[in-house]
Formats: sequence, structure tokens, C-alpha cells
Amino acid sequence: MKVFIRLRPSVLDPAGEAIKSAADKLGVSCIDSLRIGKLIEVSLKANEEKEVKEKIELLCDRLFANKVIEDYEFSLIKK
Amino acid sequence: MKNLIVGIVVFPGSNCDRDIFWALEGCLDIRTKFIWHESSDLSGVDAIVLPGGFSYGDYLRCGAVARFSPLINSLGSFVKRGNRVLGICNGFQILTEAGFLPGALTTNKNLNFICEDVNLRVNCQKGGWFDDLGSNSINLPIAHGEGRYHCDKDTFKKLLDDDLIALTYSENPNGSSHDIAGLVNKEGNVLGLMPHPERACDDSLGGIDGVNILRNLVCG
Repeated sequence: MKVFIRLRPSVLDPAGEAIKSAADKLGVSCIDSLRIGKLIEVSLKANEEKEVKEKIELLCDRLFANKVIEDYEFSLIKK
Repeated sequence: MKNLIVGIVVFPGSNCDRDIFWALEGCLDIRTKFIWHESSDLSGVDAIVLPGGFSYGDYLRCGAVARFSPLINSLGSFVKRGNRVLGICNGFQILTEAGFLPGALTTNKNLNFICEDVNLRVNCQKGGWFDDLGSNSINLPIAHGEGRYHCDKDTFKKLLDDDLIALTYSENPNGSSHDIAGLVNKEGNVLGLMPHPERACDDSLGGIDGVNILRNLVCG
């Protein structure tokens, strides 16, 4: 399971702005927008996909993301 | 006042727990008790301080892990009974993460860890936290890298409607929405603020504007 956490579009990302400015100094000045997020990789045991999704939704809602400032999405990788 | 006891919560990574102990016991003669975050027993304690620091190393987000401690779990009923809770800096971050106060605190606009004295305006008297200050303008130190308050428009309207904005910066140091530096809950018994009143309780530290706020922890 890969979970992506992103700052909501309305929330300023000063770290992203700093990286954008470094990219500019590197000579890549065509970047319109650069925002930093988080990737969380989770491996868990469950009997069925529905159960996995429920658990991940709970983790995202309550722990991984603060929904005041962040959005999340996840993708399932079956082993 | 001497009979009342303030519980100082200690998380792994708290580093202002000794400061608040010194300010309450040493400067104000208020009794305290350290409470490890794994405890859920708040009996015998009249008020709680969540101190500043870096609980759980600020992993994931500031306060995100601490909010799941047994102590924070038991804080809900403590607050419902009308007891007072003061969250300073990391304590404020934990209070927002746990939903005791609305909004969120995130990275300072200029990415710097800001450590300086700031001037603040007292905006509401709810809960009596700022009684006897003698002025609506106070000076307190701040020391944080993630103190930029953020909330959406609807939440901001509620903050205004319910008169929850306790403190605002005179000159916004960190990019906080609407200059917000501290909030109270609707009932007035929970205060969260980024500035450190415990570092302004003795003239030798350059100011004593924190004294009344801490005194009102047990008197308000």
C-alpha cells in the first residue's frame, strides 16, 4: 500500500517554494509549481481488499493526514 | 491557590516541562505534578499544561503522534468537567491535532525556526486567561519552526462568531492566518498559544507578561 499525503492547494508550501528557487538556480526555470508531499509505504495483512481499504482509510483520516491542511490518496499493491 | 495542583504532561521529546515547572513552582508558588503521557489518571490534578518541545520528535506532523497517548485520551472528560488546560507551543499543536481547538499549525512561512520576543494583542477575555494583565498588549517569547496557524474560511468565521481568537501577533512573524497566535475553546477552559508565557515570569528573563496567564491557570 502506498499512501500519498499532499498539502491542500489552498495551503502555502514554503518548502516547495524554496526547492523551486533552488531548481531555478540549477537552470531549470520553467517550473510553474512545485509542492512537497509525503509517501508512506504500508504493508499489512488482511483477508480481503475491503478490509484493507477500511483500515487504510482509518489510518489516513485519523493519523497519516491532518485534513485541515492535507489531502491523501492511496494505491493498493497486491503481493 | 497553594492547594491547587497543576499537572505538567511529559511526552518523549518534551523540553519545556522543566521551564513550566520552574515558572509555576519557583516564580508563582503553584504546586505541580509531572505526569508521564502513558498515564490516563488525572485524579488529584486541577489543571493541565501541555508543554512545549518536540513530542515524538515531531514525526509525521507536530503533535500527530502525541495525540494518541493515553493521557490525551483522558483529557476529553477532564475538559468536559470544566477543568483548565493550557497548551504551549507543541502543546498547542497537540490540542489542534486532537481536535480540542480548531485549525492546524504548520511550517513557518520563511522556513526559519523563529526565536524572539513578540508583541501580542489580547483579543478575548473568554475563560479569564488574561484577567489582571492591565493591558491588551503583551510581550512574550516565541520559539518555533511550525507555528503558522491555518484554517479555512468557515472555521475562521466560527472563530470570530464564537470569540475564540485569544491572541494575535502585532507583527506576524510566521505567516499565521489572520495573525493568530492563540485560541480558546468555546467554553473558555482550554487555551492554546504558540508564545511561551513560562519564559516571561521573571525580570531576569526580560519580562513578566507570562505571570498572569499562568496564575489564571488556577485562578481563572
